[in-house]
Amino acid sequence: MNVYALLAQLLELVIALILAPILNGWVNQCRAWLQNRSAPPLLQTYYTLSKLLHKDVLLAHNASSLFRTAPYIIFSCMALAAAIVPTLSTDLIFSPAADAIALVGLFALTRVFIALAGMDVGTSFGSLGSRREMLIGFLAEPALLMVFFTASLISQSTSLSTIVETLAHSEFVIYPSLAFAGVAFTMVSLAENARVPIDNPTTHLELTMIHEAMVLEYSGRHLALIEWAANLKLFAYSCLGIALFFPFGIPETADPTALALAGVILILKLLAGGFMLALIETVSAKMRIFRAPEFLGTAFLLAVLAMLVHLLLETGQ
Amino acid sequence: MRQALLIDWVLITALGWLLIGVIGVSFPRNFRLISRVLFPLGALCALLLALLALFGVGASPQVRILPLGLPDLPFHLRLDALSAFFLFLLGATAAGISIYAAGYFRKGEGTAPGLQCLLYHIFLTSMAFVMLADDGYSFMVAWESMALSSFLLVTSEHRHAEIRRAGYLYLLVAHIGAVGILLSFGVMAGSAGDYTFDAMRNFSVAGFWPTIAFLLALFGFGAKAGLLPLHIWLPEAHPAAPSPVSAMMSGVMLKTAIYGLLRVSFDLLHAQLWWWGILLLLLGLVTALFGVIFSTVQSDMKRLLAYSSIENIGLIFVGFGLTLIFKSFLLPSLAALALTATLYHCLNHAFFKSLLFLCTGSVLHATRERNLGKLGGLIHRMPWVTWLALIGVLASAGLPPFNGFVSEWLLLQSFLFTSGLPQGYLNMLLPVVAGAVALIAALAGFAMVKFFGIVFLGQPREEKLAQARDAGRLERLGLLWLAVGCVLLGLLPNVVIALLDPVTRLLVGSGLRYTATSHGWWLLAPISEDRASYSPAIFLVSIALFMPLVYWVVRRFYHGRLQRVPAWDCGFPLQTSRMQDTAEGFGQPIRRIFSPFFKRTREHPSPFDTHPRYRSLVEDPFWYWLYLPIARIVEQGTRLIAFLQQGRIAIYLLYSFVTLLTLLVLTRG
Repeated sequence: MNVYALLAQLLELVIALILAPILNGWVNQCRAWLQNRSAPPLLQTYYTLSKLLHKDVLLAHNASSLFRTAPYIIFSCMALAAAIVPTLSTDLIFSPAADAIALVGLFALTRVFIALAGMDVGTSFGSLGSRREMLIGFLAEPALLMVFFTASLISQSTSLSTIVETLAHSEFVIYPSLAFAGVAFTMVSLAENARVPIDNPTTHLELTMIHEAMVLEYSGRHLALIEWAANLKLFAYSCLGIALFFPFGIPETADPTALALAGVILILKLLAGGFMLALIETVSAKMRIFRAPEFLGTAFLLAVLAMLVHLLLETGQ
Repeated sequence: MRQALLIDWVLITALGWLLIGVIGVSFPRNFRLISRVLFPLGALCALLLALLALFGVGASPQVRILPLGLPDLPFHLRLDALSAFFLFLLGATAAGISIYAAGYFRKGEGTAPGLQCLLYHIFLTSMAFVMLADDGYSFMVAWESMALSSFLLVTSEHRHAEIRRAGYLYLLVAHIGAVGILLSFGVMAGSAGDYTFDAMRNFSVAGFWPTIAFLLALFGFGAKAGLLPLHIWLPEAHPAAPSPVSAMMSGVMLKTAIYGLLRVSFDLLHAQLWWWGILLLLLGLVTALFGVIFSTVQSDMKRLLAYSSIENIGLIFVGFGLTLIFKSFLLPSLAALALTATLYHCLNHAFFKSLLFLCTGSVLHATRERNLGKLGGLIHRMPWVTWLALIGVLASAGLPPFNGFVSEWLLLQSFLFTSGLPQGYLNMLLPVVAGAVALIAALAGFAMVKFFGIVFLGQPREEKLAQARDAGRLERLGLLWLAVGCVLLGLLPNVVIALLDPVTRLLVGSGLRYTATSHGWWLLAPISEDRASYSPAIFLVSIALFMPLVYWVVRRFYHGRLQRVPAWDCGFPLQTSRMQDTAEGFGQPIRRIFSPFFKRTREHPSPFDTHPRYRSLVEDPFWYWLYLPIARIVEQGTRLIAFLQQGRIAIYLLYSFVTLLTLLVLTRG
């Protein structure tokens, strides 16, 4: 463990916390442009967060201590997740602490807490949202793990740092399996981040909402933390996508020049990724909730296919 | 007098349980003695046993012969690493359950407390003897006393017809299984007729006989473990039993079956065939998937947990099968990894499932209600039980940093690094199976959110729930012990792996101790740090540090103002607690997605009903596919035989005469 690794880790955490709301703002801006609307400012998410933080918390009479603790737990878990994904450097002090499977576990932990919080007040919407969130969760989680397994089989490791190092720094090889895995990963990310076609982050229409239904009872600082955590989740997934499928430019060391360069490349990639997300959201329509198993089942099959392609075509040599 | 060995102390502890039981039954009405002295003493014995077993894991095998039982047929006992590990599991779990039971059994419920105490402690002793037995005879005696004592415990509230029925079913399956085990021992003993395990180890059965022995053992132990399709007794017996007994059965007794099958396949049989592993792997996978899907649609909280036990047993068998595959292909280090995952999961499941069953016991006492649809909002009335149950729920859902995650992580790791197998198809199959395991783990999360959310969160669905009282002091102590176990097993994986090292060395000839623990106590890296690593301590510490920091920042720079208001009613002011999601509602997506799995009957109300009733019944299809046809065949068979029974003494005398004559003719020839 060296000082640079520690600094890189802290820097990555801070950058994640700062960039996550901006990424969300950027996606909203792109979407507005694509839909011929006038766009909100890039920092709109910050304004919303700050407004929420200033407001009083309105807590339902029936809300328990679990309901009040959950936003802090969710926010901390997501910050940890964003810190684990190697974005600026693969030489991080947290990288041995969690591999790809543990990261999926961390996402699952967050999901369970937010679902439990949704059930806590005991309104019909809360538990409806929790049920749907858990449904999406158990469909998406195996597909996500299969994507990770494909990458792990290629690099013979489930450690994210090693995966990135293998994919980015060994001699240039094209892996057909990663193409399938990439599509599967995109589908899973859309579902996990409550995006169209599975969920709509802007809706408050009772019958269709999932994430929003769960957090309906939250207000004030609690809601701010949950929204920020959702932004962090989107950021973490974007960085995961970058790390797995476009890892070029993530340095192995953590010296300042490499970090600065990596930061610039990361921002460029995120801008492109955010635009792609807005494009997908614009050209697709929201599905009925019971089409979600088909959608995520397809993602799972694609991920399995990726793994089989790897085992059939890429291991022989 | 020889020096007292470790095994003697283990024996004394196990017999101490028996003594406690006998004292209990001698004073059957002295409630204070039983609940305040005897059960806590039993817990102390359990702690002692766990401690002794901890030393026993590292020690060399020890043998004792007890001159009990039939003449010329003494009890052979042996303590090696495998039995010591399972004795540790028994002791550590029983310590929590016994102390809980001290507070749980109340006056005037079911059987007299003295009898309850005797049966409970016989149950414990017989489980200890199952793990110590070193010959077929004493093993079967211990196995049967375990089955009988647990049967009597299950039926302790025998006034209810359904409980009697559940008990009968349990007894039936247990005995069918016991026949399988007995026959398996018979095959392994061969023609020599020596039923000590030592003789079986030295006697190598030839040809296809090992396979027959293995399959018979699989049938026998699978019936006890709840492997598909022999699982049907589990969801009936667990809800029927008093909660400490359900906890003991699910947490520990199911593991005796795992112990038995491990003993047979790795210790008593010499070589393992790779397709045994495939068979176990697929059986385990189907069992786990079936169990978890059924657990998500249950409305009875103990049935939900019983199905979840089936799921966990399935996962254990998946790991077991993987171990067999690796062992048969002579890959000892991978076999050690898979076996470590298997045994680790046994230990984890013992802790978190006992914890959850005991929590349902407290809920049951406080509310007299097992139906999820009539519970809710208990977090306000029973905070202790709720928060401790939360730990069990998170562990059971396989979430970091709790213990369930570690074993699932190890299991997935052992799936991923299989590309060295000489069978091409297996290389393809195994990573896909890993995907199925991931699905099972995710579904377990769904089931656990349903369980916890509906029982403890939301608004009380019935008025009487407002009078619910939290668990008593002894019950809390028991729950706390198990919950702390869940956390520690999750945080200190390397300690557990070091404990498991002698066991894996004994069974598959390799261990993980040196590779896994070379990075310090806080980092788990079973193969190498580059390949995979996980550090639960960093997880917990960073979340635990980050949370107060965020809290402080929010309070420091903003404010802590808070108003209590009614919940948002969406403009519909007549919200009642009955409008919350029900257990059936929560399981609805699963019923819909996995509809081919279920046998479902539904009654819909018509629009003109004045008292509309909606009923939805989800049943286990195995009853209709398998058990009822078999029952019909058996019944027809007995009817055919029944004509022998004429009810006239002359006919029976004729039967005896004919039999005698035939035997005489046979012996002459």
